[in-house]
Amino acid sequence: MDSFFIITSLLKIVGILFVVILPMVSYVVYAERRVSAFIQDRLGPNRVGPAGLFQPIADIFKLLLKEDFTPRAANTFYYWLAPCLAVMPAIITIAVVPFGSTLFGVPMVIADVNVGILFVFAIASLGVYGIVIGGWASNSKYPFLGGIRSSAQMLSYELSLGLSVIPVFMLVGNLRLTSVVRYQIEHGWFIAPFVGDWINPWKWLLTIPMIVSFLVFMIAMFAETNRLPFDLPEAEQELAGGYHTEYSSMKFALYFLGEYAAMITGSAVIVTLFFGGWHFPGIPDGSHGWIFGLINIAVFFTKVTIVILFFMWIRWTLPRFRYDQLMRLGWLFFFEIALVNIFLVAAILPYIPKV
Amino acid sequence: MLGSPFFPQSAIRNPQSIMSPFLFWIFALLMLVFGAAVVVNRNPVASALSLVVSFLGLAALFMSLDAYFLGIIQVLVYAGAVMVLFLFIIMLLDLRAETRRRINWLATAGGIAVALVLLMQISFVVSRFQLARQTFPALPGSTIDDVRNVGALLFSNYNLPFQIVGVLVLVATIGVVLLSRREPR
Repeated sequence: MDSFFIITSLLKIVGILFVVILPMVSYVVYAERRVSAFIQDRLGPNRVGPAGLFQPIADIFKLLLKEDFTPRAANTFYYWLAPCLAVMPAIITIAVVPFGSTLFGVPMVIADVNVGILFVFAIASLGVYGIVIGGWASNSKYPFLGGIRSSAQMLSYELSLGLSVIPVFMLVGNLRLTSVVRYQIEHGWFIAPFVGDWINPWKWLLTIPMIVSFLVFMIAMFAETNRLPFDLPEAEQELAGGYHTEYSSMKFALYFLGEYAAMITGSAVIVTLFFGGWHFPGIPDGSHGWIFGLINIAVFFTKVTIVILFFMWIRWTLPRFRYDQLMRLGWLFFFEIALVNIFLVAAILPYIPKV
Repeated sequence: MLGSPFFPQSAIRNPQSIMSPFLFWIFALLMLVFGAAVVVNRNPVASALSLVVSFLGLAALFMSLDAYFLGIIQVLVYAGAVMVLFLFIIMLLDLRAETRRRINWLATAGGIAVALVLLMQISFVVSRFQLARQTFPALPGSTIDDVRNVGALLFSNYNLPFQIVGVLVLVATIGVVLLSRREPR
Protein backbone atom coordinates (compact mmCIF):
# COMPACT_ATOMS: atom_id res chain seq x y z
CA MET A 1 0.00 0.00 0.00
CA ASP A 2 2.69 2.47 1.01
CA SER A 3 4.97 1.91 -1.95
CA PHE A 4 1.93 1.83 -4.26
CA PHE A 5 0.89 5.23 -2.90
CA ILE A 6 4.37 6.68 -3.33
CA ILE A 7 4.80 5.34 -6.87
CA THR A 8 1.39 6.53 -8.10
CA SER A 9 1.96 9.95 -6.49
CA LEU A 10 5.34 10.29 -8.18
CA LEU A 11 3.82 9.25 -11.50
CA LYS A 12 1.08 11.83 -11.10
CA ILE A 13 3.55 14.58 -10.18
CA VAL A 14 5.87 13.82 -13.10
CA GLY A 15 2.93 13.42 -15.48
CA ILE A 16 1.26 16.67 -14.48
CA LEU A 17 4.49 18.66 -14.49
CA PHE A 18 6.28 17.41 -17.60
CA VAL A 19 3.45 16.05 -19.73
CA VAL A 20 0.80 18.66 -18.98
CA ILE A 21 1.93 21.92 -17.37
CA LEU A 22 5.26 22.63 -19.11
CA PRO A 23 4.12 21.77 -22.67
CA MET A 24 0.88 23.57 -21.96
CA VAL A 25 2.77 26.71 -20.91
CA SER A 26 4.78 26.80 -24.13
CA TYR A 27 1.68 26.26 -26.25
CA VAL A 28 -0.33 28.80 -24.25
CA VAL A 29 2.38 31.34 -25.09
CA TYR A 30 2.05 30.36 -28.76
CA ALA A 31 -1.75 30.53 -28.52
CA GLU A 32 -1.52 33.94 -26.90
CA ARG A 33 0.54 35.26 -29.81
CA ARG A 34 -1.85 33.76 -32.35
CA VAL A 35 -4.98 34.96 -30.51
CA SER A 36 -3.61 38.46 -30.04
CA ALA A 37 -2.72 38.50 -33.73
CA PHE A 38 -6.22 37.35 -34.62
CA ILE A 39 -7.81 40.04 -32.43
CA GLN A 40 -5.54 42.75 -33.87
CA ASP A 41 -6.11 41.51 -37.44
CA ARG A 42 -2.54 40.26 -37.93
CA LEU A 43 -1.15 36.77 -38.63
CA GLY A 44 1.16 36.09 -35.71
CA PRO A 45 3.96 33.49 -35.74
CA ASN A 46 3.22 31.15 -38.67
CA ARG A 47 6.62 30.32 -40.16
CA VAL A 48 8.09 27.53 -37.98
CA GLY A 49 6.33 24.29 -38.88
CA PRO A 50 2.72 23.99 -40.05
CA ALA A 51 0.80 27.12 -38.96
CA GLY A 52 3.76 28.01 -36.73
CA LEU A 53 3.13 25.06 -34.43
CA PHE A 54 6.84 24.49 -33.76
CA GLN A 55 7.33 28.09 -32.69
CA PRO A 56 7.51 27.18 -28.93
CA ILE A 57 10.49 24.88 -29.61
CA ALA A 58 12.27 27.65 -31.49
CA ASP A 59 11.46 30.02 -28.62
CA ILE A 60 13.00 27.67 -26.07
CA PHE A 61 16.26 27.49 -28.05
CA LYS A 62 16.27 31.24 -28.54
CA LEU A 63 15.86 31.85 -24.81
CA LEU A 64 18.51 29.27 -23.87
CA LEU A 65 21.08 30.64 -26.30
CA LYS A 66 20.73 34.33 -25.46
CA GLU A 67 23.34 36.02 -23.33
CA ASP A 68 22.60 35.65 -19.63
CA PHE A 69 23.38 39.14 -18.41
CA THR A 70 23.61 40.17 -14.75
CA PRO A 71 23.72 43.92 -14.07
CA ARG A 72 26.78 44.99 -12.06
CA ALA A 73 24.79 46.80 -9.36
CA ALA A 74 22.38 43.92 -8.84
CA ASN A 75 22.33 41.86 -5.66
CA THR A 76 23.50 38.65 -7.34
CA PHE A 77 22.16 36.02 -4.95
CA TYR A 78 18.63 37.44 -4.81
CA TYR A 79 18.79 38.29 -8.49
CA TRP A 80 19.24 34.56 -9.19
CA LEU A 81 16.80 33.39 -6.55
CA ALA A 82 13.84 35.55 -7.59
CA PRO A 83 12.90 33.85 -10.91
CA CYS A 84 12.84 30.46 -9.18
CA LEU A 85 10.57 31.87 -6.47
CA ALA A 86 8.25 33.11 -9.19
CA VAL A 87 7.85 29.70 -10.85
CA MET A 88 7.53 27.37 -7.88
CA PRO A 89 4.28 28.54 -6.22
CA ALA A 90 2.42 28.47 -9.52
CA ILE A 91 3.40 24.85 -10.10
CA ILE A 92 2.91 23.66 -6.49
CA THR A 93 -0.66 24.96 -6.41
CA ILE A 94 -1.81 22.40 -8.99
CA ALA A 95 -1.11 19.65 -6.43
CA VAL A 96 -4.50 19.99 -4.71
CA VAL A 97 -6.63 20.46 -7.83
CA PRO A 98 -8.48 17.29 -8.91
CA PHE A 99 -7.80 17.03 -12.64
CA GLY A 100 -9.76 13.81 -13.23
CA SER A 101 -11.94 11.26 -11.49
CA THR A 102 -10.03 8.00 -11.15
CA LEU A 103 -7.79 6.05 -13.48
CA PHE A 104 -7.42 2.33 -12.68
CA GLY A 105 -8.82 3.13 -9.22
CA VAL A 106 -6.18 5.78 -8.51
CA PRO A 107 -7.70 9.19 -7.72
CA MET A 108 -6.50 11.80 -10.19
CA VAL A 109 -5.40 14.40 -7.66
CA ILE A 110 -1.89 14.63 -6.28
CA ALA A 111 -2.73 15.67 -2.70
CA ASP A 112 -6.34 15.56 -1.52
CA VAL A 113 -5.86 17.78 1.55
CA ASN A 114 -8.76 18.85 3.76
CA VAL A 115 -7.67 22.52 3.50
CA GLY A 116 -7.74 22.43 -0.32
CA ILE A 117 -8.67 25.99 -1.25
CA LEU A 118 -6.67 27.51 1.63
CA PHE A 119 -3.63 25.64 0.31
CA VAL A 120 -4.20 27.24 -3.09
CA PHE A 121 -4.44 30.73 -1.58
CA ALA A 122 -1.50 30.24 0.78
CA ILE A 123 0.91 28.99 -1.87
CA ALA A 124 -0.31 31.48 -4.45
CA SER A 125 0.33 34.29 -1.96
CA LEU A 126 3.99 33.21 -1.84
CA GLY A 127 4.23 34.00 -5.56
CA VAL A 128 4.55 37.69 -4.77
CA TYR A 129 8.06 37.13 -3.34
CA GLY A 130 9.47 36.25 -6.75
CA ILE A 131 8.26 39.53 -8.17
CA VAL A 132 9.15 41.72 -5.18
CA ILE A 133 12.63 40.24 -4.72
CA GLY A 134 13.26 40.40 -8.48
CA GLY A 135 12.32 44.06 -8.55
CA TRP A 136 14.43 44.86 -5.51
CA ALA A 137 17.53 42.81 -6.43
CA SER A 138 17.75 44.36 -9.91
CA ASN A 139 18.72 47.58 -8.14
CA SER A 140 17.03 49.71 -10.75
CA LYS A 141 14.18 52.19 -10.55
CA TYR A 142 11.52 50.71 -12.82
CA PRO A 143 11.78 47.10 -11.65
CA PHE A 144 11.63 48.36 -8.08
CA LEU A 145 8.43 50.29 -8.76
CA GLY A 146 6.99 47.18 -10.39
CA GLY A 147 7.83 45.07 -7.35
CA ILE A 148 6.28 47.57 -4.95
CA ARG A 149 3.14 47.80 -7.07
CA SER A 150 2.77 44.07 -7.26
CA SER A 151 3.07 43.48 -3.51
CA ALA A 152 0.35 46.05 -2.79
CA GLN A 153 -1.86 44.75 -5.60
CA MET A 154 -1.59 41.09 -4.64
CA LEU A 155 -2.25 41.75 -0.95
CA SER A 156 -5.34 43.80 -1.80
CA TYR A 157 -6.86 41.32 -4.20
CA GLU A 158 -6.21 38.31 -1.99
CA LEU A 159 -9.01 39.63 0.23
CA SER A 160 -11.59 39.63 -2.56
CA LEU A 161 -10.23 36.31 -3.80
CA GLY A 162 -10.72 34.65 -0.43
CA LEU A 163 -14.08 36.23 0.39
CA SER A 164 -15.61 35.56 -3.03
CA VAL A 165 -15.37 31.77 -2.74
CA ILE A 166 -16.83 31.52 0.77
CA PRO A 167 -20.37 31.04 -0.67
CA VAL A 168 -19.13 27.95 -2.54
CA PHE A 169 -17.79 26.41 0.64
CA MET A 170 -20.87 27.37 2.65
CA LEU A 171 -22.85 25.16 0.27
CA VAL A 172 -20.33 22.31 0.22
CA GLY A 173 -19.56 22.47 3.94
CA ASN A 174 -15.97 21.35 3.36
CA LEU A 175 -12.76 22.92 2.07
CA ARG A 176 -11.67 19.81 0.14
CA LEU A 177 -11.60 20.44 -3.60
CA THR A 178 -12.69 16.87 -4.43
CA SER A 179 -15.79 17.44 -2.27
CA VAL A 180 -16.51 20.59 -4.26
CA VAL A 181 -16.46 18.56 -7.47
CA ARG A 182 -18.58 15.79 -5.95
CA TYR A 183 -21.15 18.33 -4.73
CA GLN A 184 -21.35 19.85 -8.20
CA ILE A 185 -21.90 16.43 -9.78
CA GLU A 186 -24.86 15.83 -7.47
CA HIS A 187 -26.35 19.35 -7.35
CA GLY A 188 -25.37 21.04 -10.61
CA TRP A 189 -22.37 23.24 -11.35
CA PHE A 190 -22.03 26.32 -9.17
CA ILE A 191 -22.24 28.62 -12.18
CA ALA A 192 -25.73 27.15 -12.87
CA PRO A 193 -27.00 25.51 -9.65
CA PHE A 194 -30.54 25.06 -11.02
CA VAL A 195 -29.49 22.33 -13.46
CA GLY A 196 -31.11 19.02 -12.48
CA ASP A 197 -33.52 20.77 -10.08
CA TRP A 198 -35.34 22.99 -12.55
CA ILE A 199 -38.56 23.65 -10.60
CA ASN A 200 -36.96 24.77 -7.32
CA PRO A 201 -37.20 28.61 -7.26
CA TRP A 202 -34.54 28.85 -4.53
CA LYS A 203 -32.00 27.23 -6.82
CA TRP A 204 -32.76 29.89 -9.43
CA LEU A 205 -32.37 32.60 -6.77
CA LEU A 206 -29.05 31.05 -5.73
CA THR A 207 -27.77 31.55 -9.27
CA ILE A 208 -27.48 35.33 -8.76
CA PRO A 209 -25.01 35.28 -5.83
CA MET A 210 -23.12 32.38 -7.41
CA ILE A 211 -22.55 34.35 -10.62
CA VAL A 212 -21.50 37.40 -8.58
CA SER A 213 -19.12 35.16 -6.65
CA PHE A 214 -17.72 33.78 -9.90
CA LEU A 215 -17.21 37.23 -11.41
CA VAL A 216 -15.44 38.61 -8.33
CA PHE A 217 -13.23 35.51 -8.13
CA MET A 218 -12.40 35.70 -11.80
CA ILE A 219 -11.49 39.40 -11.65
CA ALA A 220 -9.42 38.91 -8.50
CA MET A 221 -7.66 36.07 -10.30
CA PHE A 222 -6.76 38.46 -13.13
CA ALA A 223 -5.17 40.73 -10.54
CA GLU A 224 -3.38 37.86 -8.77
CA THR A 225 -1.84 36.55 -11.98
CA ASN A 226 -0.84 40.07 -13.10
CA ARG A 227 -2.82 39.79 -16.31
CA LEU A 228 -4.13 42.76 -18.20
CA PRO A 229 -6.29 44.78 -17.35
CA PHE A 230 -4.40 44.57 -14.03
CA ASP A 231 -0.79 44.08 -15.20
CA LEU A 232 0.43 47.19 -13.39
CA PRO A 233 3.64 45.52 -12.11
CA GLU A 234 4.93 45.19 -15.67
CA ALA A 235 3.13 48.03 -17.43
CA GLU A 236 5.43 48.45 -20.43
CA GLN A 237 4.51 52.02 -21.22
CA GLU A 238 5.18 53.31 -17.70
CA LEU A 239 7.79 50.95 -16.24
CA ALA A 240 9.70 49.72 -19.32
CA GLY A 241 8.70 46.14 -18.47
CA GLY A 242 8.41 46.34 -14.70
CA TYR A 243 10.00 43.82 -12.38
CA HIS A 244 11.71 41.82 -15.14
CA THR A 245 13.25 44.73 -17.04
CA GLU A 246 16.81 43.75 -16.02
CA TYR A 247 16.32 40.04 -16.68
CA SER A 248 17.43 38.24 -19.81
CA SER A 249 17.78 34.75 -21.26
CA MET A 250 16.59 31.81 -19.14
CA LYS A 251 15.90 33.92 -16.04
CA PHE A 252 13.46 36.00 -18.04
CA ALA A 253 12.01 32.77 -19.41
CA LEU A 254 11.44 31.55 -15.85
CA TYR A 255 9.39 34.66 -15.09
CA PHE A 256 7.43 34.04 -18.24
CA LEU A 257 6.94 30.40 -17.28
CA GLY A 258 5.77 31.41 -13.80
CA GLU A 259 3.26 33.89 -15.17
CA TYR A 260 1.71 31.41 -17.58
CA ALA A 261 1.81 28.51 -15.11
CA ALA A 262 -0.04 30.76 -12.64
CA MET A 263 -2.60 31.44 -15.34
CA ILE A 264 -3.08 27.72 -15.98
CA THR A 265 -3.45 26.86 -12.28
CA GLY A 266 -5.75 29.84 -11.82
CA SER A 267 -7.96 28.60 -14.64
CA ALA A 268 -7.87 25.09 -13.17
CA VAL A 269 -9.09 26.43 -9.82
CA ILE A 270 -11.86 28.43 -11.52
CA VAL A 271 -12.96 25.32 -13.43
CA THR A 272 -12.92 23.22 -10.24
CA LEU A 273 -14.89 25.73 -8.18
CA PHE A 274 -17.51 26.90 -10.65
CA PHE A 275 -17.58 24.69 -13.73
CA GLY A 276 -17.82 21.24 -12.20
CA GLY A 277 -14.16 20.24 -12.46
CA TRP A 278 -13.79 17.10 -14.55
CA HIS A 279 -17.55 16.50 -14.66
CA PHE A 280 -19.58 16.77 -17.84
CA PRO A 281 -23.28 15.82 -17.91
CA GLY A 282 -23.74 12.29 -19.24
CA ILE A 283 -20.14 11.14 -18.90
CA PRO A 284 -19.65 8.64 -16.05
CA ASP A 285 -16.57 8.73 -13.81
CA GLY A 286 -13.50 6.52 -13.99
CA SER A 287 -15.01 3.66 -11.97
CA HIS A 288 -16.90 2.60 -15.13
CA GLY A 289 -13.71 1.87 -17.06
CA TRP A 290 -10.36 3.50 -17.68
CA ILE A 291 -11.54 5.03 -20.94
CA PHE A 292 -13.97 7.22 -18.98
CA GLY A 293 -11.17 8.15 -16.58
CA LEU A 294 -9.18 9.43 -19.56
CA ILE A 295 -12.22 11.24 -20.95
CA ASN A 296 -12.72 12.96 -17.54
CA ILE A 297 -9.14 14.24 -17.65
CA ALA A 298 -9.65 15.43 -21.23
CA VAL A 299 -12.88 17.21 -20.22
CA PHE A 300 -11.07 18.99 -17.38
CA PHE A 301 -8.24 20.26 -19.56
CA THR A 302 -10.66 21.28 -22.30
CA LYS A 303 -12.48 23.45 -19.78
CA VAL A 304 -9.18 24.87 -18.55
CA THR A 305 -8.22 25.73 -22.13
CA ILE A 306 -11.52 27.52 -22.67
CA VAL A 307 -10.99 29.63 -19.52
CA ILE A 308 -7.42 30.43 -20.66
CA LEU A 309 -8.73 31.56 -24.05
CA PHE A 310 -11.18 33.79 -22.19
CA PHE A 311 -8.24 35.25 -20.21
CA MET A 312 -6.52 36.06 -23.52
CA TRP A 313 -9.64 37.53 -25.04
CA ILE A 314 -9.94 39.91 -22.05
CA ARG A 315 -6.25 40.78 -22.20
CA TRP A 316 -6.32 41.90 -25.80
CA THR A 317 -9.67 43.69 -25.52
CA LEU A 318 -9.53 45.86 -22.39
CA PRO A 319 -7.13 48.74 -21.67
CA ARG A 320 -5.06 48.81 -18.47
CA PHE A 321 -6.46 50.37 -15.30
CA ARG A 322 -4.71 53.26 -13.60
CA TYR A 323 -3.02 52.27 -10.35
CA ASP A 324 -5.28 54.24 -7.99
CA GLN A 325 -8.33 52.96 -9.89
CA LEU A 326 -7.10 49.42 -9.38
CA MET A 327 -6.68 49.88 -5.63
CA ARG A 328 -10.00 51.67 -5.22
CA LEU A 329 -11.76 48.97 -7.24
CA GLY A 330 -10.27 46.26 -5.04
CA TRP A 331 -10.89 47.84 -1.66
CA LEU A 332 -14.11 49.81 -2.17
CA PHE A 333 -15.95 47.66 -4.68
CA PHE A 334 -15.03 43.97 -4.92
CA PHE A 335 -14.34 43.61 -1.19
CA GLU A 336 -17.81 44.91 -0.28
CA ILE A 337 -19.58 42.96 -3.03
CA ALA A 338 -17.95 39.72 -1.89
CA LEU A 339 -18.91 40.46 1.73
CA VAL A 340 -22.57 41.20 0.91
CA ASN A 341 -22.63 38.13 -1.29
CA ILE A 342 -21.78 35.91 1.68
CA PHE A 343 -24.80 37.25 3.60
CA LEU A 344 -27.03 36.73 0.55
CA VAL A 345 -26.03 33.09 0.23
CA ALA A 346 -26.44 32.61 3.99
CA ALA A 347 -30.01 33.88 3.68
CA ILE A 348 -30.79 31.49 0.82
CA LEU A 349 -28.93 28.54 2.36
CA PRO A 350 -31.77 27.24 4.64
CA TYR A 351 -34.01 26.71 1.60
CA ILE A 352 -31.49 24.69 -0.37
CA PRO A 353 -32.03 20.95 0.06
CA LYS A 354 -29.17 19.33 1.98
CA VAL A 355 -27.17 16.46 0.42
CA MET B 1 -12.66 8.24 1.97
CA LEU B 2 -9.00 8.73 1.40
CA GLY B 3 -6.45 9.17 4.14
CA SER B 4 -4.49 12.36 4.36
CA PRO B 5 -2.32 12.77 1.30
CA PHE B 6 1.11 12.81 2.89
CA PHE B 7 0.37 9.77 5.00
CA PRO B 8 -1.89 7.06 3.60
CA GLN B 9 -4.39 5.50 5.98
CA SER B 10 -2.25 2.53 6.82
CA ALA B 11 0.42 4.86 8.13
CA ILE B 12 -1.98 6.92 10.20
CA ARG B 13 -3.28 3.92 12.12
CA ASN B 14 0.22 3.46 13.39
CA PRO B 15 0.79 6.50 15.62
CA GLN B 16 4.55 6.06 15.47
CA SER B 17 4.71 7.03 11.83
CA ILE B 18 2.45 10.06 11.97
CA MET B 19 5.52 12.19 12.21
CA SER B 20 8.59 10.64 10.76
CA PRO B 21 11.57 11.64 12.94
CA PHE B 22 13.56 12.24 9.79
CA LEU B 23 11.11 14.86 8.55
CA PHE B 24 10.88 16.36 12.02
CA TRP B 25 14.64 16.93 12.20
CA ILE B 26 14.78 18.38 8.70
CA PHE B 27 12.07 20.94 9.35
CA ALA B 28 13.18 21.69 12.92
CA LEU B 29 16.72 22.33 11.69
CA LEU B 30 15.38 24.47 8.85
CA MET B 31 13.43 26.54 11.38
CA LEU B 32 16.33 26.96 13.80
CA VAL B 33 18.99 27.74 11.19
CA PHE B 34 16.87 30.34 9.45
CA GLY B 35 15.63 31.68 12.79
CA ALA B 36 19.27 32.31 13.71
CA ALA B 37 19.83 33.82 10.26
CA VAL B 38 17.12 36.41 11.01
CA VAL B 39 19.26 37.71 13.87
CA VAL B 40 22.71 37.25 12.33
CA ASN B 41 22.06 38.76 8.89
CA ARG B 42 23.09 42.39 8.52
CA ASN B 43 20.86 42.94 5.50
CA PRO B 44 17.22 43.50 6.59
CA VAL B 45 15.80 41.98 3.40
CA ALA B 46 17.81 38.81 4.00
CA SER B 47 16.52 38.74 7.59
CA ALA B 48 12.92 39.08 6.46
CA LEU B 49 13.31 36.28 3.90
CA SER B 50 14.95 34.04 6.49
CA LEU B 51 11.95 34.62 8.72
CA VAL B 52 9.70 33.50 5.85
CA VAL B 53 11.65 30.24 5.49
CA SER B 54 11.47 29.77 9.25
CA PHE B 55 7.68 30.19 9.11
CA LEU B 56 7.48 27.66 6.30
CA GLY B 57 9.42 25.18 8.43
CA LEU B 58 7.01 25.75 11.30
CA ALA B 59 4.06 25.23 8.95
CA ALA B 60 5.60 21.96 7.78
CA LEU B 61 5.96 20.84 11.41
CA PHE B 62 2.28 21.58 12.04
CA MET B 63 1.30 19.67 8.91
CA SER B 64 3.39 16.65 9.76
CA LEU B 65 1.40 16.51 13.02
CA ASP B 66 -1.80 16.37 10.92
CA ALA B 67 -2.72 19.96 11.88
CA TYR B 68 -3.21 21.06 8.29
CA PHE B 69 -5.40 24.01 9.16
CA LEU B 70 -2.87 25.57 11.56
CA GLY B 71 -0.04 24.91 9.14
CA ILE B 72 -1.75 26.45 6.15
CA ILE B 73 -2.93 29.47 8.15
CA GLN B 74 0.68 29.94 9.22
CA VAL B 75 1.69 30.15 5.55
CA LEU B 76 -1.33 32.19 4.46
CA VAL B 77 -1.19 34.82 7.20
CA TYR B 78 2.44 35.09 8.25
CA ALA B 79 4.48 34.02 5.22
CA GLY B 80 1.98 35.26 2.64
CA ALA B 81 0.67 38.51 4.07
CA VAL B 82 2.49 39.84 7.14
CA MET B 83 5.98 39.28 5.78
CA VAL B 84 5.06 40.76 2.40
CA LEU B 85 4.07 43.93 4.24
CA PHE B 86 7.36 43.83 6.18
CA LEU B 87 9.34 43.51 2.96
CA PHE B 88 7.29 46.29 1.43
CA ILE B 89 8.42 48.65 4.21
CA ILE B 90 12.00 47.36 4.49
CA MET B 91 12.65 47.87 0.79
CA LEU B 92 11.85 51.54 1.12
CA LEU B 93 14.58 51.98 3.76
CA ASP B 94 18.20 52.87 3.12
CA LEU B 95 19.69 49.39 3.39
CA ARG B 96 23.33 50.45 3.07
CA ALA B 97 23.08 52.56 6.22
CA GLU B 98 21.59 49.55 7.95
CA THR B 99 24.43 47.20 6.93
CA ARG B 100 27.08 49.73 7.98
CA ARG B 101 25.70 50.10 11.47
CA ARG B 102 28.13 48.85 14.10
CA ILE B 103 27.27 46.10 16.53
CA ASN B 104 26.47 47.24 20.05
CA TRP B 105 28.25 44.57 22.11
CA LEU B 106 26.56 45.53 25.37
CA ALA B 107 23.11 45.09 23.83
CA THR B 108 24.18 41.78 22.26
CA ALA B 109 25.39 40.45 25.61
CA GLY B 110 22.14 41.58 27.26
CA GLY B 111 20.08 39.86 24.59
CA ILE B 112 22.00 36.60 24.96
CA ALA B 113 21.59 36.76 28.75
CA VAL B 114 17.82 37.25 28.49
CA ALA B 115 17.57 34.36 26.02
CA LEU B 116 19.59 32.11 28.34
CA VAL B 117 17.40 32.96 31.35
CA LEU B 118 14.29 32.17 29.31
CA LEU B 119 15.80 28.87 28.16
CA MET B 120 16.62 27.94 31.78
CA GLN B 121 13.10 28.79 32.90
CA ILE B 122 11.53 26.70 30.15
CA SER B 123 13.76 23.70 30.83
CA PHE B 124 13.01 24.01 34.57
CA VAL B 125 9.26 24.04 33.96
CA VAL B 126 9.39 21.22 31.42
CA SER B 127 11.48 18.99 33.69
CA ARG B 128 8.89 19.41 36.48
CA PHE B 129 5.93 18.87 34.13
CA GLN B 130 4.54 15.44 34.99
CA LEU B 131 2.24 15.07 31.96
CA ALA B 132 5.20 15.36 29.62
CA ARG B 133 6.72 12.17 31.02
CA GLN B 134 4.10 9.87 29.55
CA THR B 135 3.39 9.26 25.89
CA PHE B 136 0.16 10.63 24.55
CA PRO B 137 -2.48 8.03 23.69
CA ALA B 138 -2.92 7.47 19.96
CA LEU B 139 -5.38 9.80 18.27
CA PRO B 140 -8.84 8.23 17.99
CA GLY B 141 -9.76 8.39 14.30
CA SER B 142 -7.75 8.25 11.13
CA THR B 143 -9.83 10.96 9.50
CA ILE B 144 -9.47 13.98 11.76
CA ASP B 145 -11.03 16.98 10.09
CA ASP B 146 -9.16 19.69 11.92
CA VAL B 147 -10.87 22.50 9.99
CA ARG B 148 -14.25 21.30 11.28
CA ASN B 149 -12.88 20.85 14.80
CA VAL B 150 -11.43 24.36 14.97
CA GLY B 151 -14.67 25.83 13.62
CA ALA B 152 -16.87 23.86 16.02
CA LEU B 153 -14.74 24.87 19.02
CA LEU B 154 -14.68 28.54 18.01
CA PHE B 155 -18.45 28.70 17.70
CA SER B 156 -19.30 26.71 20.83
CA ASN B 157 -16.80 26.74 23.71
CA TYR B 158 -15.00 29.92 22.73
CA ASN B 159 -17.88 31.83 21.23
CA LEU B 160 -17.67 34.88 23.51
CA PRO B 161 -13.91 35.47 23.07
CA PHE B 162 -14.38 34.91 19.36
CA GLN B 163 -17.07 37.61 19.19
CA ILE B 164 -14.93 39.98 21.25
CA VAL B 165 -11.99 39.47 18.89
CA GLY B 166 -14.37 40.13 16.01
CA VAL B 167 -15.40 43.47 17.52
CA LEU B 168 -11.73 44.30 18.13
CA VAL B 169 -10.84 43.64 14.50
CA LEU B 170 -13.84 45.70 13.36
CA VAL B 171 -12.72 48.63 15.51
CA ALA B 172 -9.20 48.33 14.09
CA THR B 173 -10.59 48.31 10.54
CA ILE B 174 -12.67 51.41 11.19
CA GLY B 175 -9.62 53.06 12.73
CA VAL B 176 -7.54 52.33 9.65
CA VAL B 177 -10.23 53.70 7.35
CA LEU B 178 -10.45 56.85 9.49
CA LEU B 179 -6.67 57.35 9.58
CA SER B 180 -6.13 56.77 5.87
CA ARG B 181 -9.00 59.01 4.79
CA ARG B 182 -7.96 61.95 2.71
CA GLU B 183 -8.25 65.27 4.48
CA PRO B 184 -10.85 67.49 2.78
CA ARG B 185 -9.13 70.66 1.63
